[in-house]
Amino acid sequence: MRNSTWRAGAVAAALVTAIAACGGDPATTEGTASGGGGDTIKVGLLHSLSGTMAISEVTVRDAELLAIEEINKAGGVLGKQLEPVVEDGASDWPTFAEKANKLIAQDKVATVFGGWTSASRKAMLPVFEKRKALLWYPVQYEGLESSPYIFYTGATTNQQIIPGLDYLKEQGKKKIFLVGSDYVFPRTANKIIKAYAAANGMEILGEEYTPLGHTEYSTLTNKVVQAKPDAVFNTLNGDSNVAFFKQLKSAGVTAESMPVLSVSVAEEEVTGIGVDNIVGHPVAWNYYQTTETAANTKFVEAFKAKYGATKVTSDPMEAGYNAVYLWAEAAKKAGTVEVEALKKAAGGIALERPEGLVTIDGETQHMYKTARIGIIQPDGLIKEVWNSGEPIKPDPYLKTYPWAGGLAS
Amino acid sequence: MTAVLEKPTRQLTPKEPRQWKGPAVFVAVAIIALVVMPLVLEPFRLGLLAKYLCYAIVALGIGLAWGQGGMLTLGQGVFFGLGGYAMGMYLKLNDAGGDLPDFMVWSGVEDLPALWAPFGNPVFALAMVVVVPLVVAVLLGTLVFRQRVRGAYFAILTQALAAAMVILLVGQQGLTGGTNGLTNFFDFFGNDVAAESTQRGLYLTVAIVLGVLYLAAWQLVRSRFGRLLLAVRDGEDRVRFLGYNPATVKTITFAISAVMAGIAGALFVPVVGIISPALLGVVPSLELVVAVAVGGRFALAGAVLGAVVMGYAKTYFSEELPDAWLYLQGALFILVMTLAPKGIVGVATALRARVRKEASA
Amino acid sequence: MVEGFLNQLPIGLSIGAVLLLIALGLTFTFGQMGVINMAHGEFIMAGAYTAFLLQDFAGRSAVLVALPVAFVVAGLMGLLLERLAIRHFYGRPLDTLLLTWGVSLVLQQVARDLFGAPNVQVLSPTWLQGAIGPMPYNRLFILALAVGSVVAIWLYMNRSAQGRRMQAVMQNRQLAATSGINTGRVDQRTFFIGSGLAGIAGVALTLIGPVGPTLGTYYIVDAFLVVVAGGLGQLRGAVIAAAALGLLNSYAEFWTNASLAKVIVFAAIIAFLQFRPQGLFVLRSRALT
Repeated sequence: MRNSTWRAGAVAAALVTAIAACGGDPATTEGTASGGGGDTIKVGLLHSLSGTMAISEVTVRDAELLAIEEINKAGGVLGKQLEPVVEDGASDWPTFAEKANKLIAQDKVATVFGGWTSASRKAMLPVFEKRKALLWYPVQYEGLESSPYIFYTGATTNQQIIPGLDYLKEQGKKKIFLVGSDYVFPRTANKIIKAYAAANGMEILGEEYTPLGHTEYSTLTNKVVQAKPDAVFNTLNGDSNVAFFKQLKSAGVTAESMPVLSVSVAEEEVTGIGVDNIVGHPVAWNYYQTTETAANTKFVEAFKAKYGATKVTSDPMEAGYNAVYLWAEAAKKAGTVEVEALKKAAGGIALERPEGLVTIDGETQHMYKTARIGIIQPDGLIKEVWNSGEPIKPDPYLKTYPWAGGLAS
Repeated sequence: MTAVLEKPTRQLTPKEPRQWKGPAVFVAVAIIALVVMPLVLEPFRLGLLAKYLCYAIVALGIGLAWGQGGMLTLGQGVFFGLGGYAMGMYLKLNDAGGDLPDFMVWSGVEDLPALWAPFGNPVFALAMVVVVPLVVAVLLGTLVFRQRVRGAYFAILTQALAAAMVILLVGQQGLTGGTNGLTNFFDFFGNDVAAESTQRGLYLTVAIVLGVLYLAAWQLVRSRFGRLLLAVRDGEDRVRFLGYNPATVKTITFAISAVMAGIAGALFVPVVGIISPALLGVVPSLELVVAVAVGGRFALAGAVLGAVVMGYAKTYFSEELPDAWLYLQGALFILVMTLAPKGIVGVATALRARVRKEASA
Repeated sequence: MVEGFLNQLPIGLSIGAVLLLIALGLTFTFGQMGVINMAHGEFIMAGAYTAFLLQDFAGRSAVLVALPVAFVVAGLMGLLLERLAIRHFYGRPLDTLLLTWGVSLVLQQVARDLFGAPNVQVLSPTWLQGAIGPMPYNRLFILALAVGSVVAIWLYMNRSAQGRRMQAVMQNRQLAATSGINTGRVDQRTFFIGSGLAGIAGVALTLIGPVGPTLGTYYIVDAFLVVVAGGLGQLRGAVIAAAALGLLNSYAEFWTNASLAKVIVFAAIIAFLQFRPQGLFVLRSRALT
């Protein structure tokens, strides 16, 4: 044993050296081009291209690539073409941090568009703050955050959860059952919902969480059916939605008898769930493929032309698509892609986007967005039935809602 | 059983001539790791190497438990996580400086949970990095090995343990940070955790710890206990008939491998800056076992080598061809398991033997 | 509350039926050959995708048509795996675990490339919509399918010559071989049947769960736990273990929540193995390991 172990050690040594040597190479050869210098501006796209989150995140990357392509066709930013550097976060949070480091330190990108889950954003946040680099995060999330180095182009809670509750209240739904996946977004959302319910005379009949990737919903369905709520507020994520809606339907629950309002089910998920199982149920977002704006007609057409006629567009995709345009606009206004100057210039920028007018709130670095409630149609698309009338000012800490005092202490 | 893939005959010869090649190589590797690497590598790449070396420490433990002891443990992530969370809890409390850690604030926790309080003390936290994995492993090992749960049963049990651990951690968001885990650390024993000098120091620490643990494991394998362990792997019942208690031997080894994983987890936290349930589930645990198999499970160096090679391969392929990574990873296991069950070390040894034979012929 | 409590009984049994279906095939491949087939989950996935593909021809009744087809498709995949790789691994059971894990990763990626990463839609037959009390028809269908599979396996094992040879190999491979049984052939057949059962489970799961490339990963750990608790190669063990775990899960979740219920089930299994380290039923053997 002694002998062979040592011999193995020799092999190990040789290989480790070789590997590390290889590892060193790209750093020295590629590290020269910088975000601002040269003929192009490098921008990083950091989404999960593999693993469980790939389903969702790949579509956002596609939308971002489309935006980059369009901007380049129109002459680029500050006279330079954008050069996307795509990295895979692999549905693994430390990998997101690692790749964010790589994009900033090695590729020297001007900005990064990326992330989907809260966990991936939380993992990247320290990297961006410490390196003073910029991240554009394109997904609705749980709020209670406002990093100086992140722009949030998706909705915060007062642009999605609270309008969803307003809608339910308007519909006369007083008894609500909460169902969610066991992670940060549903737990925070439900905390807000409970505070809202207490202030608005609504009753919460139950609050249930299931592990991510859970597929056995018969017991939960039984609990929901027994509680007889007027509506269910659903914050389940990913594949769990498929199992939940299938099993709810087979238990005889219909959209008429007990509507299930979802905040994580968009156009792409509907097919997987089965239109049959979810038709007629409401969802809350800021954008649908059917949203009627000139910018959206163009976006949907361009997306289908690039990626195939059967592809659908959804809220996070649109938010990612917007992010690139908003960043480009800020760069133009600042006259540079340098982070601090660009941040200063960004506040107040207003663009007509597919979802309507989007304005950057300089203080929170969130967006003014119009909330929209839609109903799932038999063709799998979503039809808007309610909207907030005007873009809602982002309030990630819910400071302007008296009933939410203490939530964000 | 395995029919002993590695013939133990030579080890039983009482006195071998003193070897100088092995120690020389070890010293050479140590010099490369401690002196050359920090000079050659960019800080970002050095950080990655530090991460792989953390995994290598876990792999060393797996090599001990599985390669030497025949216990296929698919739940090393659990111990890695226990060590990592112990360290993470201390760092979070230290950063919070008397306030509540950030994630507790947004999870709606109002007072510091009792479980957390003692982790504000660095000595306690560092002790727990070793003690918690040790206690859990000894408890589990005693229960399981006494009942002669082994082989595939043991593998599946440890896998279920990893799955349960993840669910438990995720479910207690106010206590553990949920899926997000613990992240956003600033201060590491008085140093800025993100500073290059700190990261270089951490790299050196990880490398030295790995070296020390490697030497310790090597001594253990060479010892009488090590031979007993091999015997248990190859014929547990026979060892029992000889009057030894295989359960004790296995429990001790399992506990050592658990402690190694715990230490690795604790080092991983400042190096990478995050500990989350996703790092200790079924898949990362399995990936490490596979890394050990790829490197060569019957040699401790193989385990270390495998972890570094696989870690590097994962980074490289996900940077260059992300779509192909699953295919490559899958294909690699299949090839290694079918063609080279002794891994890279096995292949290298066989090649050397052939070269030597040809030279002498 | 009382009604909810009573409802959990049939719900528990139907959870058990799902567990039984996903674990039945493993009981045999694991029990007879000691192969820890991590790709079993991907054979389940193959069954589900078979139902998806057959929708083009059979419409909403695809599920029925898919049952025999999925059995053959998944069975052939299993056979291929056995012929190409696993047969070189007998006597190295732990190595098969890593080998088949590699296979499972590759199969997941193949599914992703063939069918895309998002879940696909499998419509359930209209005659399976509706429920008797807390039991939806599709759950009853799964229960019937599980019972049918168990009966079929029992008949095969006990009433056919092939089945008896299979039992012989399971009980004592060497002795069976010296009695003139072609153990290689028996192994192939076992693997075909075991994997085929995974295919059937996959078709059934389209009624209640997602159909996507990662489908298998959701069920594989549970499936192994049923086998471990029931005892290797033990039909009655698997049935009892699946039913017990289903009921335990159902009531644990009813009283606590889904996360805790899973942890309780895991803890119960570890505790149970303290009393019966080889599972519910053990094949007695005098062989020295």
